[in-house]
Amino acid sequence: MAELIVYGLVLGGIIALGAIGLSLVYGILGFANFAHGDLMTAGAYLALFLTTGLFADLGVSNAVFGPFSFGWRMALAFPYAMCIVAGLAILTDRVLYRRLRRKRSNAVILAMSSLGASFIIRMVVLIAWGADYRVYRPGLMRPALELPLGVRIRPDQILILVVVVLLVVLLHLFLTRTRMGKAMRATADNMELARISGIDTERVVLWTWWIGGALAASGGILYGIDVQLHAEMGWDHLLPLFAAAILGGIGNVYGALVGALIIGVVQQVSTAFMSPSYKPAVAFLIMIAILLVRPQGIFGGRRN
Amino acid sequence: MDFGGLAAYLVSLAIMAGIYGVFCLGLNIQWGYTGLFNIGIAGFFCLGAYTSTMLSTPAPTGVYAHYVKQLFGLGLPFPMGLVGAALVCGLMALLIGLVTLRLREDYLAIATIGIAESVRLVFNNAHWLAGGPRGLTGVPRPLEHLVPPPYSDYLYLAIVLTVLVLIYLAIERAIRSPWGRVLRAIREDEVSAAMSGKNVFSFKLQSFVFGCMVMGVGGGLYAHYTKAVSPDVFTPLYGTFIIWVMLMAGGSGNNKGAVLGAFAIWGLWIGTKFMTDFLPVAWKARAPYIRFLLIGVLLEIILIRRPQGLLGEEKSVSKLMGGARE
Amino acid sequence: MNIIEVDRVTAGYGQGDILKEVHLEVGAGQMVAVVGPNGAGKSTLLKTVFGLLFPRAGSIRFEGREIAGKPPEEIVRLGISYVPQVSNVFPSLTVQENLEMGAFIRRDDFKHKFEELFSLFPLLQERRHQKVGQLSGGQRQMVAMGRALMLDPKVLLLDEPSAGLAPLLVTSIFEKVQSINASGIAVVMVEQNTREALKMAHHGYVLATGRNVLDGTGQELLANEEIGRLYLGE
Repeated sequence: MAELIVYGLVLGGIIALGAIGLSLVYGILGFANFAHGDLMTAGAYLALFLTTGLFADLGVSNAVFGPFSFGWRMALAFPYAMCIVAGLAILTDRVLYRRLRRKRSNAVILAMSSLGASFIIRMVVLIAWGADYRVYRPGLMRPALELPLGVRIRPDQILILVVVVLLVVLLHLFLTRTRMGKAMRATADNMELARISGIDTERVVLWTWWIGGALAASGGILYGIDVQLHAEMGWDHLLPLFAAAILGGIGNVYGALVGALIIGVVQQVSTAFMSPSYKPAVAFLIMIAILLVRPQGIFGGRRN
Repeated sequence: MDFGGLAAYLVSLAIMAGIYGVFCLGLNIQWGYTGLFNIGIAGFFCLGAYTSTMLSTPAPTGVYAHYVKQLFGLGLPFPMGLVGAALVCGLMALLIGLVTLRLREDYLAIATIGIAESVRLVFNNAHWLAGGPRGLTGVPRPLEHLVPPPYSDYLYLAIVLTVLVLIYLAIERAIRSPWGRVLRAIREDEVSAAMSGKNVFSFKLQSFVFGCMVMGVGGGLYAHYTKAVSPDVFTPLYGTFIIWVMLMAGGSGNNKGAVLGAFAIWGLWIGTKFMTDFLPVAWKARAPYIRFLLIGVLLEIILIRRPQGLLGEEKSVSKLMGGARE
Repeated sequence: MNIIEVDRVTAGYGQGDILKEVHLEVGAGQMVAVVGPNGAGKSTLLKTVFGLLFPRAGSIRFEGREIAGKPPEEIVRLGISYVPQVSNVFPSLTVQENLEMGAFIRRDDFKHKFEELFSLFPLLQERRHQKVGQLSGGQRQMVAMGRALMLDPKVLLLDEPSAGLAPLLVTSIFEKVQSINASGIAVVMVEQNTREALKMAHHGYVLATGRNVLDGTGQELLANEEIGRLYLGE
């Protein structure tokens, strides 16, 4: 059981990276971004391209770091993939959502557009890499560490937790210590007042997509490292992402983190009682329960 | 020129388009007239298809029963299958609607994704229910014995079109009634509708249930056409997304638009198949993805350039009101 | 020269016109009150001056230059600040952060502004790091005004600053508004509290159903019998 909880935290951390971005976008831009899961997919596959393609061709060393399952190629690919997906997120805003915003389209049309974008991204991935399951390092097995309470955990998974914590802390510092971070929180609170104060809300929107896209990409890559890559991986995460964001209070970044950890753990623990295939249904049930009992989430969100 | 072959091909095209037309009509009630954002159509597609199958096929017996587990098989006639599909989907819609329809539209959308996923998961994993991942086969076609095999599709096309027309007429009638006007008022301005004393929730629920019942019939028609059902058929792409593109392309809020959109987009879909036949062999495996990519891009173009679709919303809604909508 | 001139402005949302050929003048450093019944278009007037709404006809001049049709982002940079009636603070940000957001577009060192504002609103100093959502209505109103003042505006547009406040707080808020005006900032104040507003104002405008009804000095309007009957309950 302890092992299920620990692994649940690892998967929850990955969900958190997506859910935080989703919550940010919802809080500031006001719509449910159905393409967010596929941003995770894009990140994972871009990292695949960089590690097996570009960086391999450039002669970057293929050796792994110590007990981990990756080396310099992934260490370089990680930030690059994050930046590229951030750019992709900004591109979808420029090409699609901003035009609809200018036409004063309502939240449902924006959500529909994001649904289309999610399919487009997924089809591009399928065209480029096909439908087979992939891993970053075929055939590489890394032994697990033995921890107390009978918990076995791979070094990769410990690192995932560390990376999640690091990214969340960085985000927290950004939102509370920097001018743009505060402007983002202000815009999430009250977009019209932000405009009235002279805050450049289009720049805030840009930063929102940047952060949301980069975090989603990191989540996708970490999932790829831990489990595997397949074209549906992001879409399969969509329910847990939304469940986590809603559980924590949509628009609330810290709520999304807590919500994601809860979802991750509950999903994992549920595998003790039922087939793992039902995990998304578990997330869904939690989401429905919260929407019935306390729709504003545990911590209360920005928008209702 | 093999006219027989061409005609047969066009007939199969028309059957699928007609089936999708039924789905678009159902979605139009929910979205076009009431503003409900249902992206879980695949769930009701699946449920309707399975229900009609299990109602109209006999339970597996003998050796066969070892391989295929099925909860029940009643061997009822085709119309009962469709009716049963509609009722089961309606019931499921009622349960889900009671829980989720009070939510904002985008939360409702997420909930419907969850429902579709859950339905598919259940049919895939509960082997005792309906054959698990392999699904069920041997779904009968109605009146099969009446026509020789080369023409059974023509007969089925007639059946599909009949059902489509009946549903179209029923919906048109309902929309022009006072009930339909309230639905539209809710879509336009929910707050005012509520303030003028209408029980908004009840109307939304009715619209949701009615629409899902129509979708159930569509699912049944599909099962009897392909003569088999399995969980992997009802994907988000084929079971939900393409229907949305059809409705938005044809014109939401317009029943003629709904049907037109189904035929137009299905025709386009088949057309892209011919286009991709020209691809070099190495790319052939990717053809379906390229085709769906084009459909996705088409939706975006529609949303940005012409969100009202080909026909736009209906102008005159009631003979009593006459003229343009206010 | 008047710092603000609204010259026969017609404006509205959607089909109708809310403002019909309205005119208004604000001299430099003046306090101008805009009063009238509900639905008169007073708030709409402020929004139009600030660029949240574009006039269909007429012109709006600031320091002689035309500003009608400019969006709020430009107008706030010219030196006009606006405090909406509702939803005028960032609730999940602290008092300090709200003020910082007010100063967002300032490129210079503005630390002295905090001291200035805390001496104007001493109550806010002790609550500096509290989230504004937890403050009372009166304190929130102070934060709202403070945010707008961070930019050293030449003109402050206030939409019903006393709305929803207890009588004691109303007096206090009006005192603050007078101090602000005394420091040289022109104030255009829309108010339901007609008597107090006119007492403080150099000049007043009465609007009803989107049109000018009357204007004059604050004292003249207070003495006016019709105003007295309609709005002061005499």
